[in-house]
Amino acid sequence: MFEINRMTARTCSMLGQRGSIFGLAALDAAKEDDKFVLLTADLATLSGMDRYIKTYADQFINVGIAEQNMVGISAGLAAEGYHPVVTTYATFVTMRSCEQIRHYLGYMQQKVVVVGSGAGLSQGFAGNTHYTIEDISMMRAIPNLQILSPADGASAAKLFHVAMASDKPVYIRLTGNLNCPIAYKEDAPFSIGGSNKLREGKDVTIIACGTMVSTALSAAKKLEDEGIEASVIDMYSIKPLDKKAIMEVKDCRLIVSLEEHSKMGGLGAAVAEVMCEQTGFPRLLRLGIADFFDLACDYDGLLEQNRLTVHQITEDILKAL
Amino acid sequence: MKALAKTLRLSALQMALNCGKNGSHLGAGLSSVEIFAALYGGVLKYDLQNKEDENRDRLVVSKGHCVLSYYSALRQAGFLTDEDIASFETNGSHFHGHAMRNLEKGIEFSGGSLSMGMSFAVGQALACKKKGLSSRVFSIVGDGECDEGLIWEAAMSAANYGLNNFVIIVDRNKLQYDGPTAEVMNQIDLGDKFRAFGFDVRVVDGHDVDALAKVLRAPSEKPVCVIADTIKGKGVSFMEGVKTWHHSVLTQEQYDQAVKEVENV
Repeated sequence: MFEINRMTARTCSMLGQRGSIFGLAALDAAKEDDKFVLLTADLATLSGMDRYIKTYADQFINVGIAEQNMVGISAGLAAEGYHPVVTTYATFVTMRSCEQIRHYLGYMQQKVVVVGSGAGLSQGFAGNTHYTIEDISMMRAIPNLQILSPADGASAAKLFHVAMASDKPVYIRLTGNLNCPIAYKEDAPFSIGGSNKLREGKDVTIIACGTMVSTALSAAKKLEDEGIEASVIDMYSIKPLDKKAIMEVKDCRLIVSLEEHSKMGGLGAAVAEVMCEQTGFPRLLRLGIADFFDLACDYDGLLEQNRLTVHQITEDILKAL
Repeated sequence: MKALAKTLRLSALQMALNCGKNGSHLGAGLSSVEIFAALYGGVLKYDLQNKEDENRDRLVVSKGHCVLSYYSALRQAGFLTDEDIASFETNGSHFHGHAMRNLEKGIEFSGGSLSMGMSFAVGQALACKKKGLSSRVFSIVGDGECDEGLIWEAAMSAANYGLNNFVIIVDRNKLQYDGPTAEVMNQIDLGDKFRAFGFDVRVVDGHDVDALAKVLRAPSEKPVCVIADTIKGKGVSFMEGVKTWHHSVLTQEQYDQAVKEVENV
């Protein structure tokens, strides 16, 4: 079984979340399970599948640029005892195939793992068609569907195995690019419905997902310079959500949600849903993407426009305290 | 098979009457009767003692609104009980207006969202090939349903993967919710389209069970498309070709007349 250590963390960082899954974890899965089958909609090369395809040609299906049919075929394969994984850009697999995911995975409960890559704003100059800022919101409302969002390359590989072992359908949301920042340097437990507290601090709790976890860790260090102690939770399981972990941070002065997703319906909304039904919670500051489409811009610039850089996050947290 | 078709038509009418003022999908329920009679009257391979037998043929009913004839056929085949049929469209029942997957009841697929079945069936046919099974996968769609883009994504892939174990049956009743298919979205020649997508196309009188059985049984090198020319509301004079019978309420008086007509054929 794949373990996180300094070496795998570095390799997976270089490969990014997508490369860690399709260049590493998928090969392990196919080796262990002859019913494992990988489907893509014309995104094999970009996803780093070359080695997989050479090694496991019989366990690979490219459906062409037809995301809806990809999900349909995968559901038919699942009904026949196969263990399919489908993948393309997050925006296309969750939006073009939204009803297919609802119908085959949610309603018919066929066990398919959907991997959406390049979520958030990481596609930079590709433009708004390629950004994915609504997927958590849409996928979260589908009954029976579980959602995972890994913080870095190595934990993407870990969570891929967690998703394969689950008996229910899973959507895995991949953020960041190649050279993905490292959040885990050593192994940690990962499970559906779990979370990991990566830093302790009594004043502020930052609940983040995806590559924003690393940003949160950097912001926490900056806050320390200002005399503020911040804890950071990697809320990698967005559905089911680790409600217990949220209940445990009631006593801090401020809770912050941080995500590369629209502020509407995403992780911040999920955290707010837990908090608003309880008493005694401090204020929740939701940091995420604003409600608009952006002009042409690179990834860093887009993050800046949405006040998602380390400096801006630190500033906004200090202002809210 | 002809006798089975008559039984299914009468059963469909009885189910429609039982729905009372909720109404039901009579038009497609009656156009597809012979298709189900041919399939369950000898074409489909299944084992009631082992309903999930890997070697069974799969039937994916994509046009979910033909449940009146589908459930009736499942009852005659022995998958459903009289109690199941009586529970149709009652609160707490498993039997919706569009069928829900339940292999114990012989239901392979949850229909209702048009075009979803064909893509799923292609996945099953691909799986059967991969497993080396001789099973065939049949899927029933409507001609109006062929307006959907997913039908053509699935058709392209069926030919690409060489799925000669896959049979798509089009219940071409030429009438959709808003009127004649030719007026709502003219498909020009549906057979030509499937032929161009790499299918072995067989056009047949969809109310001739023997002819249907023959074309459904005949093997092919390619995926097969059976276009069954049918009449919406077939067998009941006041329903035939009338768009309002797509989904409607059947009164006792109308039921009595309909039964008389079906029995006297």
